[in-house]
Amino acid sequence: MSKTNTAGNSLAGKFKNMNKASKNNMLTLSLVILFFVIFKIITTVGSSESLIGIFPMICYYIILAVSLNLVVGFLGELSLGHAAFMCVGAFSSGMFSKIFADTISNDWLRFLLAVVVGTLVGGIVGILVGSLVLRLRGDYLAVVTLAFGEVIRSLLNNLYIVFNDGKLKVSFIENTVTEGVSVENVIIKGATGMTKLVSVYKDFHRNNTFIILGMILVVVTLLIVFNFINSRSGRAVMAIRDNRIAAEASGINITKYRLMIYGLSSALAGMAGVLYIHFLGMAEPVSFDYNFSIEILVIVVLGGIGSIRGSIIAAAILTWLPTSSLFMNFDKYRMLIYSIVLIVMMLFTWNPKCKEILKKLSVKNLILKIFKKKKETVEETVEVESKTAETVVETADKEVQ
Amino acid sequence: MAILEVNNLGISFGGLRAVDNLNLTIEKNQLYGLIGPNGAGKTTAFNLLTGVYKPDNGSVVLDGVNITGKSPIEINKGGIARTFQNIRLFKEMSVLDNVKVGLHNQQKYDMFTGILRLPSYYKKEKAMNAKAMELLEVLGLADEANTLSSNLPYGKQRRLEIARALATNPKLLLLDEPAAGMNPNETQELMDMIRFVRDNFDMTILLIEHDMKLVAGICEELTVLNFGQVLTSGKTSEVLNDPKVITAYLGQ
Repeated sequence: MSKTNTAGNSLAGKFKNMNKASKNNMLTLSLVILFFVIFKIITTVGSSESLIGIFPMICYYIILAVSLNLVVGFLGELSLGHAAFMCVGAFSSGMFSKIFADTISNDWLRFLLAVVVGTLVGGIVGILVGSLVLRLRGDYLAVVTLAFGEVIRSLLNNLYIVFNDGKLKVSFIENTVTEGVSVENVIIKGATGMTKLVSVYKDFHRNNTFIILGMILVVVTLLIVFNFINSRSGRAVMAIRDNRIAAEASGINITKYRLMIYGLSSALAGMAGVLYIHFLGMAEPVSFDYNFSIEILVIVVLGGIGSIRGSIIAAAILTWLPTSSLFMNFDKYRMLIYSIVLIVMMLFTWNPKCKEILKKLSVKNLILKIFKKKKETVEETVEVESKTAETVVETADKEVQ
Repeated sequence: MAILEVNNLGISFGGLRAVDNLNLTIEKNQLYGLIGPNGAGKTTAFNLLTGVYKPDNGSVVLDGVNITGKSPIEINKGGIARTFQNIRLFKEMSVLDNVKVGLHNQQKYDMFTGILRLPSYYKKEKAMNAKAMELLEVLGLADEANTLSSNLPYGKQRRLEIARALATNPKLLLLDEPAAGMNPNETQELMDMIRFVRDNFDMTILLIEHDMKLVAGICEELTVLNFGQVLTSGKTSEVLNDPKVITAYLGQ
């Protein structure tokens, strides 16, 4: 964050001078890091295999949800093809890792380069798809991204890549390239996808390094997203979301910034794919179908559209819940329950009365209430006054509308 | 030399000739008014000037540069900024950020500079903040810099739109009914502010307004539109006493 380069004389003073948004972002980031530290302590002190197993999963779900939130929350468009960008990121980076398994002996360096490759490929495919579909808006865009997601997945479902004797062969027909080639040299095998990536990163799997890697990638993602939002480009994107015509009249190139955030979002999805395929050691194209895209969207909606912290929390909970012993058979009905929860949430958050109830129930207000009870009635009168002021403003707003 | 020269500008929507044969000549530093009854084509004329609509015929020349038929973005870069009749603020953003969006093309740095927080990011952001605060100060919004723009009272929202338009560093400022919905006090304040902006920012201002007190108070010249056509134009006092104009407004 901005602090790293400007740290020095008075951090506290700097924090005071920051605006509300960056304070909020700092808070989110420190909460995430705190959570990681606590998690690391828990897993090193006690031995909870299941927790270690799902932690990298939580990480890539967080990256996916945060990156999709860029499009849904900050651009204000619905994208239903997010899994496809993760898919290309996963396979391209997996391919890189397999091809350079012997050439680059340092696991860390190879993984770092794989992350770069996966992110770049995800971003490039995102920009390619974006340049085709972003002239559409709203529901039309949602449907077309869904279709493009499926197109990309279907293409990979029929892709065969062989790396033999330093030569890379690509085909969409199985036998032309895979015939007579040993299994070891087939990198991507159609619907079977990629397997045996575990052998490339044996040490990582033995030492549970993916916990640290996942954590680093989440922090990097959050830094990128927060820095982007609080920059000139981020403001331009939000301006387009809030009012397209006014943004245009302020000299903002709409097409450029829509494409930019779509590319950034898919690049981060590609990054999540890198973590996915390297952690699991395998991947099938079929897992990146539209159900997966919708699952990510559910996380974003449940966490709150436009709220990065919400996305993180929702991703962590929704990934952990199906694996916990509390909900052993939950997995089967997951999509069903998600969709019901989604509908209920939509209805609930749109209703003004429900909104009021939600406001009263929010953690912030609960804390405020506890503090207020301790203090005297002086505070209460102030509250009443501020409330009447609020209603005055509200009625004024209504008149205006 | 005239800063804005509009010749023969016209547009039709289907069978409706919304603006026909519009001619305007606005001198530098002038406060020019465009008035007319409802549906006369005033806002359409603004939309033609700012590139929202492409004119069917005619030309718009801004400070010697032909900007006819260009996109709103190019026209904004060329030096025309506007406010809107129905307020169009960036509602989910703070007041300061709204103005900083206006500064988009004044302080430029690319996406990677922003993400990596390179030194030029801090330099440019600092300059942006200073400039934005200066504008907010002028328009009396400095205290609300960090409020959400949709939480501002109505009059201040209108002023924020002017601040945002000024931030794009225009040569010509178009105000679309700046006093709509304001009470007499607010209108008086607004009049002073418009004059202040004209004098201190070396600005030329073209405004649409229904409030005749404001028009008579600050506009130096007027053009009256009626059914898309220029009814008359000239010095404010002469135009407002023209029987043709009175008939157009009140009927016979």
